[in-house]
Amino acid sequence: MKTIRIGSGAGYSGDRIEPAVELAEKGDIQYLVFECLAERTIAIAQGAKLKDPTKGYDPLLAERMQAVLRLCRDKGIRIITNMGAANPAAGAAKTREIAQSLGLKGLKIAALSGDDVLETLKSGGHRIEETGAPVSSLADKLVSANAYLGAAPIVEALKAGADVIITGRVADPALFLAPQIFEFGWSMEDWDRLGKGTVVGHLLECAGQVTGGYFADPGAKDVAGLARLGFPIAEVREDGGAVITKVAGSGGAVTTATCKEQLLYEIHDPATYFTPDVVADFSRVRFTQEGPDRVRVAGATGRARPETLKVSVGYIDSYIGEGQISYAGPAALARGRLALEIVRERLALTGVRTTELRFDLIGVDSIHGSALSTAEAREPYEVRVRVVGRTDSLKEAVRIGNEVETLYTNGPASGGGATKSAKEVVAMLSALLPRGLAKPALDYVEA
Amino acid sequence: MKLRDIAHSRTGDKGDISNISVIAFDEKDYPLIEAAVTVERVKALFREIVHGDVVRYAIPSIGALNFVMQKALGGGVTRSLALDAHGKCLASALLDLEIPDRAA
Repeated sequence: MKTIRIGSGAGYSGDRIEPAVELAEKGDIQYLVFECLAERTIAIAQGAKLKDPTKGYDPLLAERMQAVLRLCRDKGIRIITNMGAANPAAGAAKTREIAQSLGLKGLKIAALSGDDVLETLKSGGHRIEETGAPVSSLADKLVSANAYLGAAPIVEALKAGADVIITGRVADPALFLAPQIFEFGWSMEDWDRLGKGTVVGHLLECAGQVTGGYFADPGAKDVAGLARLGFPIAEVREDGGAVITKVAGSGGAVTTATCKEQLLYEIHDPATYFTPDVVADFSRVRFTQEGPDRVRVAGATGRARPETLKVSVGYIDSYIGEGQISYAGPAALARGRLALEIVRERLALTGVRTTELRFDLIGVDSIHGSALSTAEAREPYEVRVRVVGRTDSLKEAVRIGNEVETLYTNGPASGGGATKSAKEVVAMLSALLPRGLAKPALDYVEA
Repeated sequence: MKLRDIAHSRTGDKGDISNISVIAFDEKDYPLIEAAVTVERVKALFREIVHGDVVRYAIPSIGALNFVMQKALGGGVTRSLALDAHGKCLASALLDLEIPDRAA
């Protein structure tokens, strides 16, 4: 039975580069997928494109392509990535430039666009999922709207012979599902196979998470060789059966436990995992350890795809101002608490208008609040004070950090290392769009 | 004993929703986890953090539970004021839960 090997070269935008090179060199793979686009990342990319229309693709795109293009060309490995982010065409142009500089002739690069549905969403009575309010209520605060596209246009680009496919917003598992559909000729309505292919994509999409990286917990879950963590490979059969593995000799581990954690990662109802291609059902998935770093996955299935596409809506939400300062030595905690009290009073006294405020003692209660941290029982040697607040203008946000910084000469003894920042927040909400309203489009450039 | 003695866990995030998996190291311990780690206990533990509904899904085929918690991330990763804006540390907090020992 025909088998293909798909490698996962990145699990997020800032991920390590050399595990992908290792996959291309030693992984015996036919496809290398880079998943680099999170909810937060596309907001940042939209911001970059607004400032400069030639930007808005992934900041590490050039470095990754530089590292793997020649190797992949030599071995006939095809690259699929969502590093196009807010600007797939610019990402494709950059890739072509790199291919030419490497002397790679005839490399066909596809740019998949059409996920940008901002104009479509503005017209028509579409609603925000979280609030039920019409999209139009965001008015001039609206900055972006990107629909999660499915595997179909990537399959089309593979059929057209593209060596590199650069997309914007595409459902993460679809990046991995597309080569399976293409290679095995699966029907776009074979819900069972699409469900099986989707679980493979879901297991691979976070790269090092399934090879034991994020899994590691000394004493409880020991994993060897984390600094040389290998990224995962899926060995997929025509019938949808699959094994998750990694390059022999690389660091990390693929076990039934690492796979179970990744299976449930960022899913809600395991029986109803919505993607643009299929409603996948992971509720009866089973894992079997077939050998060292070889785990078989079975039991996934699926139902008919949804009639709507999820859209990530980016909008200017608010501004965040922050200040931090450190105290150390005897009674550091008491001085830290006094610092917080002073800043709290100063913000009120000087009339800083905030809609939300947070006072943290880092190293004491900054992650889950006092109920879980039992702050009273602990006396740290050092503590970092953090005050952060939400405002309606950048000017007000700046005032929060300033009040923390002025503790330098006005606050408790021995405050040190003050820092401050203020930023505009492009936040994300969701909407559902009838799938016919998104128009995927492919453009090709050749090196 | 502590939940972490028999289970492992990971947190994921989508918008303002956090999900925490609880997975038995040994699938034989799954019924114990299912009985001990209830929606009520998770709600009580995270009362300062989670401001929406908590739903529990069971996946007995891998000996795991999945908790989906609404309004758990201060508005979501892009707008949260929290140091851990993704809520990635919540899994460790849950594993500290005290649960009844295995029957002798």
